[in-house]
Amino acid sequence: MSAATLHSLGPMLAAFLASLVEFVEALTVVLAVGAARGWRDALLGSAAALLLLVMLILALGPGLSRIPLRAVQLVVGTLLLLFGLRWLRKAMLRSAGVLALHDEDAAYAAQLQSWGQAQPAPGRHDMLALLATFKITLLEGLEVVFIIVAVAAGGAHLWIAASLGALAALLLVAALGVLLHRPLSRVPENTLKFGVGVLLTSFGSFWVGQGIGVHWPGDDWSLLGLLAGYLLVALLGVGVCRRVHASRAALPAR
Amino acid sequence: MRALRRALDSLLAFFVDDGSLAGLVLGWLTLLWIAIAWLQLSPRWSALLLFAGLAGILAVSAVRRARSR
Repeated sequence: MSAATLHSLGPMLAAFLASLVEFVEALTVVLAVGAARGWRDALLGSAAALLLLVMLILALGPGLSRIPLRAVQLVVGTLLLLFGLRWLRKAMLRSAGVLALHDEDAAYAAQLQSWGQAQPAPGRHDMLALLATFKITLLEGLEVVFIIVAVAAGGAHLWIAASLGALAALLLVAALGVLLHRPLSRVPENTLKFGVGVLLTSFGSFWVGQGIGVHWPGDDWSLLGLLAGYLLVALLGVGVCRRVHASRAALPAR
Repeated sequence: MRALRRALDSLLAFFVDDGSLAGLVLGWLTLLWIAIAWLQLSPRWSALLLFAGLAGILAVSAVRRARSR
């Protein structure tokens, strides 16, 4: 595998996995709203948000390519690093049992119950359902847009790789949603978030390092070292957090 | 005004859910940038220091959260 392939595959994989997590969360709400209040407006709201997100990506792409690469890497790399570390820390704490795991089935049941209570007038557009799916798709989608922008910070050619990764995740989640008609609770969400956290933190470190003038030994190949290093630290951290949390829980409450 | 503030809060929450983690990361990046730009820190050492500092901050932040009840 050449360094150029690694350079394109990495952003594509990071965008795919991160988008998968975000789209699974959005799908849970869209399914609940659709099942409780009808599919037409639930899907219309999601489609409108997706259109807005595509327009945002098309507007941001050419604009960012006019800014000097080093400045983009510094700013976007810093944001990506903060974003990745936030995900990784939360995934570590969930793996260690400090925080509760996210349960898509429970989230779906709660959404279904709250949306089923008031029914819309027949024949009219259900603005509540439309706005709810628009909002959740836009919110989760904005994170996807940021991830695409951030992992593509290394150059204009990475835009296509990152966008294709996100598009593949969207198509996969949409297809599974149509086939199953239920939340994707079997997706190992925390494991995905753990992996994506390691990927985003590594890319963030790499870009921000280039932005502040760090010389990475082996250039792009050092990304593999960063991935291995952060994975090792995170796995060791989970073990330590688990022990610390268990010992705190064993103490009598004051 | 309230809607704008809510939007800004949501935007900030994308990147920060623990202020001390974000603060330490930004502080470490600033220190390294100063060391590279003005103190002529070797670029090769800077790569190692960048990774070691960020990994250390992540581990300490997670353990501190696990310790709190």
